[in-house]
Amino acid sequence: MIDFLFYVFAALAVAGALGMLLNTRNAVAGALSLVGTMVALGAIYVLLEAYLVGVLQILVYAGAIVVLFLFVVMLLNLRQDEFSPERLRITKIVSVVIGALVGIELLVLLPAALGPAAVLPEGFGGYRMVGAALFTDWVLAFEVTSLLLLAAMVGAVILAKRRID
Amino acid sequence: MILGVIIKLLFIVLVVAGLFLPLITWVERKQSAVMQDRIGANRADVFGLRLIGLLHPAADVLKLLSKEDVVPAGANRVLHQLAPAMALVPAIVTLAVIPFGGTYTLGDTTFSLVVADIDWGMLFVLAVGSLATYGAVMAGWSSNSNWGLLGSMRASAQMISYEVTMGLSLVGLFMCFGTLKLTEMAALQDQTFRLFGFLQHVFGIVVPGFLDWVRLPMWGLFLQPLGFILFLTCIMAENKRPPFDAPEGESEIIAGYHMEYSGMRFGLFYTAEFLEVPVIGAIVASLFLGGWTIPWLSTGDIVGGVGSVFGHGFATGVAIVLHVTSFLLKVVIMIWFQMALRWTLPRFRYDQVMDLCWKMILPISIANVFVTGALILFLEREA
Repeated sequence: MIDFLFYVFAALAVAGALGMLLNTRNAVAGALSLVGTMVALGAIYVLLEAYLVGVLQILVYAGAIVVLFLFVVMLLNLRQDEFSPERLRITKIVSVVIGALVGIELLVLLPAALGPAAVLPEGFGGYRMVGAALFTDWVLAFEVTSLLLLAAMVGAVILAKRRID
Repeated sequence: MILGVIIKLLFIVLVVAGLFLPLITWVERKQSAVMQDRIGANRADVFGLRLIGLLHPAADVLKLLSKEDVVPAGANRVLHQLAPAMALVPAIVTLAVIPFGGTYTLGDTTFSLVVADIDWGMLFVLAVGSLATYGAVMAGWSSNSNWGLLGSMRASAQMISYEVTMGLSLVGLFMCFGTLKLTEMAALQDQTFRLFGFLQHVFGIVVPGFLDWVRLPMWGLFLQPLGFILFLTCIMAENKRPPFDAPEGESEIIAGYHMEYSGMRFGLFYTAEFLEVPVIGAIVASLFLGGWTIPWLSTGDIVGGVGSVFGHGFATGVAIVLHVTSFLLKVVIMIWFQMALRWTLPRFRYDQVMDLCWKMILPISIANVFVTGALILFLEREA
């Protein structure tokens, strides 16, 4: 049953990603098919018993971040020819490099993933365990991240305010 | 197991979709009529039988179904037709984790009256609710209309903003109950606490013994009164009904994101909004109003008291009936409250809606989290 569900959601995720890539004419439809990928990924996390990650994937990515993407796309109404060809070339090179790096990482990690499945402790992936780890062992990383986000937020407000003034 | 799930699903579908949903349009019209000193809907009749306007919902649906389904020229056909469903589905799915009764033991089977009893139930509600934004976004954008686009911009900005504060306003409650599981939360509210107990804990005042009898049910409402007001405001803003209906403010943008819809597809948007009213009632009832519990009468009292005379099985049956009735009664009270509010307050201006969210509710709910945390820390050290 879990195998079957995994294939369903994996197919949905891939279809959503392809839909986003191939939909070059229409950025909004592309972003909406990205939502499909996000929801399918969330479901796959749940199948992996990473419940908190799964639900956050839907809550944060599908529910908020992609909506903000849509917001920007709708407001700006960008077309492809508004980018300079120079900039598009750089984007392409960067995306190919990153794609290749992720591919290599997958190939390196694949043998470990094909081994026997790990036995999970009770409560693994639940909000209690994640919360306890986050606020005891990794509290420094957590606080540093929150500072980073705060700095980004202040920066965004200042940039937006300058335009209004 | 499967049979149990089917029975629970049927119950939810029958009660919410079969009973609340058709009645709620009628209730809304009658409520507004009462508040505005009118008679309200009473014209639809079958062979002269008017049934105090109860036939109006059926007439409305017939009308909507028989209307032409228009897709505007230049619209994105697929997204345009998908959007009403996207708006409706999250409201229905949310009901899966709401407990409409407690956990009971009959013979050697233990069952609880909730469709999916998941550990992160409240996160599920928030996550599903966050997907409701797409209905409005898709509808406005795909209809290729400026008014629609403006409406969906407003809707998405409003819904994203209030999602943030909705989660934050609940953190204090999660800290009090120490769980996100809705069935556990409801079960915890089945207790009572001494109203003046805190005097002894916080100020060291010795409370006279007879005041120990003054007890309150351990409802979220009494543990987190501020959280209750904040959460109710946020979740009503998520629903986009007046006074938070700037996304469809007809004096400015005609009908907002569902302007280019006709017939039943338009009806589906309204169905979603109306369905969210009992769903909001159910969420608020299970978080803050004790869910299925009956104040001052715990499950143990019912099963023990009735069971000692009529036997355990009968007592469990009585408890189930009482609990489900209590839950539905709370939902009805919340529906009435939302209706009364909807017909009392005029529409907020859009900047007022956003100011309320980011400048009022957000700071207050963060303060609420800190104060709750400090109180819990203090009381735990005392105890």
